[in-house]
Amino acid sequence: MEYIIEMLNIVKDFPGIRANDDVTLQIKKGEIHALLGENGAGKSTLMSVLFGMYKPEGGTIKLRGETVQISGPKMANFLGIGMVHQHFMLVHNFTVLQNIILGVETTKNGFLKIEEAREKVLALSEQYGLKVDPDALISEITVGMQQRVEILKMLYRDNDILIFDEPTAVLTPQEIDELMEIMRGLAQEGKSIIFITHKLDEIKRVADRCTVLRRGKCIGTVNVSDVTVEDMSEMMVGRKVILHVEKKPNEPGKPVLEVKNLTVKSDRSKKNKVQNLSLEVKEGEIVCIAGIDGNGQSELVYAIGGLIPADSGQILLKDEDITNKSIRYRSIHGFSHIPEDRHKHGLILDYNLAENLMLLEYFEPRFQSHGFIKDSEMFSHADRLIEQFDIRSSEGGRTKVRSMSGGNQQKAIVARELSRNPDLLLAVQPTRGLDVGAIEYMHSQIVKARDIGKAVLVVSFELSEVMQLADRILVMYEGEIVANVKPSEVTENELGMYMAGAKRGNAV
Amino acid sequence: MNDKKKIKLAMPDLSRAAGPLSSIFAIIVGLIIGLIILLFANSSKALAGFGWIIGGSLQSAKDIGNVFYYATPIIMTGLSVALAFRTSLFNIGASGQFIMGALGAVMVGVHADFLGSFHWVAALLASMVFGAVWAFLPGLLKAFYNVNEVISCIMTNYIGMYLVNILVRATVYHKLTNRSVPVKATANIPKMGLDKLFPDSMVNGGFLIAVLISILIYIMLNKTTFGFELKACGYNKDASLYAGINSKKNIILAMVISGALAGIGGGLLYLAGSGKYIYVEDILAPEGFTGISVALLGMSHPIGTLFAGIFIAYITVGGSYMQLSGFVPEIIDIITATIIYFAAFAQILRGALQRIHFRKAGDRS
Repeated sequence: MEYIIEMLNIVKDFPGIRANDDVTLQIKKGEIHALLGENGAGKSTLMSVLFGMYKPEGGTIKLRGETVQISGPKMANFLGIGMVHQHFMLVHNFTVLQNIILGVETTKNGFLKIEEAREKVLALSEQYGLKVDPDALISEITVGMQQRVEILKMLYRDNDILIFDEPTAVLTPQEIDELMEIMRGLAQEGKSIIFITHKLDEIKRVADRCTVLRRGKCIGTVNVSDVTVEDMSEMMVGRKVILHVEKKPNEPGKPVLEVKNLTVKSDRSKKNKVQNLSLEVKEGEIVCIAGIDGNGQSELVYAIGGLIPADSGQILLKDEDITNKSIRYRSIHGFSHIPEDRHKHGLILDYNLAENLMLLEYFEPRFQSHGFIKDSEMFSHADRLIEQFDIRSSEGGRTKVRSMSGGNQQKAIVARELSRNPDLLLAVQPTRGLDVGAIEYMHSQIVKARDIGKAVLVVSFELSEVMQLADRILVMYEGEIVANVKPSEVTENELGMYMAGAKRGNAV
Repeated sequence: MNDKKKIKLAMPDLSRAAGPLSSIFAIIVGLIIGLIILLFANSSKALAGFGWIIGGSLQSAKDIGNVFYYATPIIMTGLSVALAFRTSLFNIGASGQFIMGALGAVMVGVHADFLGSFHWVAALLASMVFGAVWAFLPGLLKAFYNVNEVISCIMTNYIGMYLVNILVRATVYHKLTNRSVPVKATANIPKMGLDKLFPDSMVNGGFLIAVLISILIYIMLNKTTFGFELKACGYNKDASLYAGINSKKNIILAMVISGALAGIGGGLLYLAGSGKYIYVEDILAPEGFTGISVALLGMSHPIGTLFAGIFIAYITVGGSYMQLSGFVPEIIDIITATIIYFAAFAQILRGALQRIHFRKAGDRS
């Protein structure tokens, strides 16, 4: 029996769209099988079919050669199929051990037999090299650790087929390395892994074979060692994709943003989140802040955006001190912000696209008269931006933003922020969770903004993005800038050392 | 009759009609369960009693007029709760704001008869201000100290009730009957022709004012930048903050307007000239809590709330006739409560209807 699980000719329809059209996915025992596709290509649908959450219109699922009808997640679990979701399913005020056994507790007379569980967990973490502290609270451990807990949850349930849904989206470069190691270890121990992703280099690093989906159709399954990254991206997008950011050399002009000796205190610990930090972003320049998540980037961004007060220091926008100005003041004086979390901070999901596109300008005279919103202007504004920024949606300006794809939601934010013709664009993790095509688009928009003389400040945890996009790289470590370098003068390895605090350069 | 109006409102597009349809569903299920309760209570007279609920309000023009009279205050408290809901605030304090509004209206209504024909307007404005002030407190606490508005509203309900008792005693007290003295005739809200349409009923211009205010609130929520901000804060507080919207200001304003609406409700009821007086007793005004039901049944939509208020009044007036069939009047409260429970489920049903709609759309493609 060659394949442990086979999904043959799966067809799944949704209103107006065929999400899976004759898709076949065959997984061998002990392999890491990548499932590659853009957002909306049908990866999640296929996995939901595997978990019995959707009933397919056609096709069969075979487990170890036998046809099975999977009625729901519980049955999938029983058959040994487990999944690490992109957003972890953990109880934050429970310990690691409690989370792992949650739902499958062994009990005696109604009492938990926690010691037995602890031994099993410790044995598993030893066997697979998944170091965790079973008594730590989930809220106190890092995201990388939380992911290990999710993996241990699957192992504790004796799952053989492990699905990783975009597992690297939330990890730092070091954590990604460790995860790759863990995945290889799991495969060697005979577990079969389905690795859902759209990051090609990760597939190249860890996967044995790769099945590519595009618009619900199965494009093909390839041996990863036989193909190049470019081949896979072309299979995924359906056209040649420029994986490298194309940009001309820049000529920075006057400083637009100046941060001087900024300190932001932490309300929890004595250590300052941002420590006496200074930086400068000039016209026509892309400055990228690299660093591992949690080194004060968020606080720096919040302080620049006016969301939290600065404890000391100054923030100047075009030579004007905006340190104590309101968010609205900054926004109408040339500051644009693409926040990290587009659902929480960037968009009002229950508003339609047109309303979201005027969210920062609805009070301007062109959108209202005497407090009454001009609907026609709102929609024509939306139509212009939809056209100009190629935002795809089912009903144009009237589309509820909640129903749009992640890439198009991000386009809507970009459209809104860039159309306001800002002097300074602050983008935090602008390509997080986006597929190759959308990343290409985002990068080209950022470069375009730079080329017309905007100052751009990008915060990113992805080194490759930083290296490609930046005209100048600042590395942030424990609230301070520890390096100020040009991408041409530094290697990714060196940056990694700055990020880990092992090396210090001349700041600013 | 009200049901028919709602069906007419229903758009051919099922997903847009899902809101009103699910409210109608809630009403139907609530009525059926009400019938079952009646069967248990007294099976021989159940159908007769049920008949009163359905049709009791349609016996005469007087009854219909009374439906509008009873609807007026609960439309206002319903609007009050609905507006707060849209800003993701739960104004459970409509009861306190309502009775404070009533006090303001009665105080001006009793003492300010020198205002002549402007008298009733001044009394109504007083009710608005009193209600607004009473909601300002929880709004302030919520905005600046993040005190949960439910807790502070419950507290202001009781404080309001006792304060009104004290102030009634101090300013407008009629000792013999232990209640407020009647307002001057000039403070009564004009009939605005409704007495001709519905002779002998208690309806007055207050109902038209409530309808007008419903429409104004609808326009405010959906057509103005202010409403745009309010709803934005309600849907997503964080994104509103990023967009530079001052959420503190909006929370306070939403509560103040919400309180003003409840206060006007109190004013409209106690200036109706229908023999309503503020009794000095330790009972929270029930209109405030009925407002929560009305807002839920009306899906927090101003126009939906208007119809929901009329409907609740409709079955209340009909239900009051059930005593003729030997039922206790409390039974109508049980049936109203059942309908409200199902109104809460209405949201779920709304989702289900939309799914059916999608599935049908899928079949076509």
